[in-house]
Amino acid sequence: MKTIEELENIRKEKRKELDLRVNTESNTREKHILVCRGTGCTSSKSPKIIENFRRIIQEKNIQNVRVIQTGCFGLCAKGPIVIIRPEETFYAHVKPEDCEEIIDKHICNGQKVERLLCKDIDGKIVNKLDDLNFYKKQKRIALKNCGIIDPEEIDEYIAFDGYKAIEKVLTQMTPDEVIETVSKSGLRGRGGAGFPTGKKWSFAQKEVSNQKYIVCNADEGDPGAFMDRSILEGDPHCVLEAMAIAGYAIGANQGYIYVRAEYPIAVQRLKIAIKQAREYGLLGDNILGTGFKFDIDIRLGAGAFVCGEETALLESIEGKRGQPRVKPPYPASKGLFGKPTVINNVETLANITKIILNGADWFSSIGTEKSKGTKVFALGGNVNNVGLVEVPMGTTLREIVYDIGGGIPNGRGFKAAQTGGPSGGCIPAEHLDTPIDYESLASIGSMMGSGGLIVMDDTKCMVSLAKFYLEFTVKESCGKCTPCRIGTKRMLEILEKLCAGDADEYDIYRLEKLAINIKKSSICGLGQSAPNPVISTLKYFRDEFREHALAKECRTHECKELSRIEINPELCKGCGLCQRNCPVHAIEGEQREKRVINQEKCIKCGTCINSCPFHAIK
Amino acid sequence: MEGKCGVQKVTEETKEILKKYPKEKDQLIMILNDVQEKFGYIPKQAQVVISEELSIPMAEIYGVITFYSRFTLAPKGKYNISICLGTACFVKGSQNLLDRAKERLKIEPGGVTPDGKFSLDDVRCVGACGLAPVFMVNDEVYGNATVKQFDEVIDKYMNE
Repeated sequence: MKTIEELENIRKEKRKELDLRVNTESNTREKHILVCRGTGCTSSKSPKIIENFRRIIQEKNIQNVRVIQTGCFGLCAKGPIVIIRPEETFYAHVKPEDCEEIIDKHICNGQKVERLLCKDIDGKIVNKLDDLNFYKKQKRIALKNCGIIDPEEIDEYIAFDGYKAIEKVLTQMTPDEVIETVSKSGLRGRGGAGFPTGKKWSFAQKEVSNQKYIVCNADEGDPGAFMDRSILEGDPHCVLEAMAIAGYAIGANQGYIYVRAEYPIAVQRLKIAIKQAREYGLLGDNILGTGFKFDIDIRLGAGAFVCGEETALLESIEGKRGQPRVKPPYPASKGLFGKPTVINNVETLANITKIILNGADWFSSIGTEKSKGTKVFALGGNVNNVGLVEVPMGTTLREIVYDIGGGIPNGRGFKAAQTGGPSGGCIPAEHLDTPIDYESLASIGSMMGSGGLIVMDDTKCMVSLAKFYLEFTVKESCGKCTPCRIGTKRMLEILEKLCAGDADEYDIYRLEKLAINIKKSSICGLGQSAPNPVISTLKYFRDEFREHALAKECRTHECKELSRIEINPELCKGCGLCQRNCPVHAIEGEQREKRVINQEKCIKCGTCINSCPFHAIK
Repeated sequence: MEGKCGVQKVTEETKEILKKYPKEKDQLIMILNDVQEKFGYIPKQAQVVISEELSIPMAEIYGVITFYSRFTLAPKGKYNISICLGTACFVKGSQNLLDRAKERLKIEPGGVTPDGKFSLDDVRCVGACGLAPVFMVNDEVYGNATVKQFDEVIDKYMNE
């Protein structure tokens, strides 16, 4: 157990030692090799890179160099990433066998390894992390420590103002003042709906009960979204600290983190963080000697999207099937085990400590009138810089896709961006200049959602995309209420008919009607938002639906029943690349002859289209 | 993860897992997660033991197991192939991989080949969106995958 003075000492000492992590001018002889150990880079062998670095450093007996595992740097498309500080050199696509060269050249001789330096979209070689366009328009608040600290070392967290907010709250603020500060900051729930966090806390504070709970919702089920996971992997302590602050504010002394079992690295880091916080007396019976008691347990989810809905999540923590409850009563009055409960999303919590330390006015100066602060997005799909980005609210979609994301690969055109996952909608090119905030997104038929942002190029069929999302909701519908259980199934059947060329115009009408009714009559957020992908694609891409229904055509050839892939004999040069790449040997023709596709063998996978250098295949 | 496990062994190991947790009903999902991890599926005998120790009816346990996609009632194949159908992978063409997998293995997602060598899953986001499209064979991740590369990997395991 540590006292407030001891924490302050650690902070000072460690901060000096870690100055080179944030200060490129740092006056030190040390070098830190930072290697990303987020899920993306880990699956492309970053643990092996760390191992190699450590082994080589030991073998060559090199002094003043440390190898550190960090959370996600954000630019997953360039992974595995190695950053050398203080000079901030950014090495991309590093392989385990490159370690020796980096040590020999860079660490021992001070020369950069040119071939591994990251290239920006315009082909320019980037020397420093800050020079990358990807980072220029970003503002990191929730992700402040991600990629800077070792998430498994509590001292590194403490060095960067860690556990200073809880100290301030416990020694200088009343619970009312904490709630007042959070309310004034304008922070809204980052899980999707955007409910004001301060209001949520004050509802729970007003309830009289012998037991209250704080629950952290880390059940990030939206496929293609990984914001919460990256925060837990990169900076787990900031979530623990914020939960304790919330506990103090509403009068709770027990917290639960409900996290997906599919996130093994995040779970492991949380376990380590909780253990370390307990050892330091930052969780437990007498936090910082102030008499405040708060502890946190982990509960694992087991793969059910609906458990992201707050009442379903509570059922699941209680060990039951995750089926949502009818609201009201709301969790703030009757939540976990029937007691008042506050449920906050990971990213929401990650903002709390910074608001307490920097003040409500600082936070509310960032963003737009009704949406304050920043938002983290998992940028994915057909965009060059796939990764994790944090931008101030009010940034336009165009800035995210083109300036930060680096545009669409292969010279393709932008067709739509999808936000909010299976609950959200598609945003077409005409709305690229919409500022991203809760209200603007809702007004164009999408939603903020938890932060998945998938970009689609002009080769994507919107009908089959709608079908994809409905397949997901049908599978994930819990079955409690009829509109969602049966309604979504009927919607999916119509979409399948459309993609197979068996539908007519009346089916589109039925689809639309069903969508509106399901939205109106489902119990929980899942059902109420399940038709959104259909409604928004119908709104902006109705022509494509009509083509499928009337002309039995799919302009993108994605709907295989409606398409044939053919080689244009006028453009074919007979190079045979398509033939060599075809996985099912469906392309026929002798050397230097024009090739022909055998339609009976063709599985329409599109490999040939991508492999043809003359664009002769369509 | 191989084959069915004996009744005696399952009973002992399940009891071992139960020792780690307080005997309360809300621990059910945590316990089932451990059992799934241990055996690669949730054997009937494990359900019997949990039912007795925590005083939860078998029907309720079965209800919970079938609700959550992570829990399975049958063992997986020696090589479990998971194809990511997260949105990022889908947009980059992972449906083609899944179609090809179904064709090659002649099973549907969730199924196991008759010889127990392969099983197939369509999963939602394995977290490697930067490498999309992605498939996995057990814990090995294959990124930026094409149908051709998928075929090569499958061929390698098939000829083993």
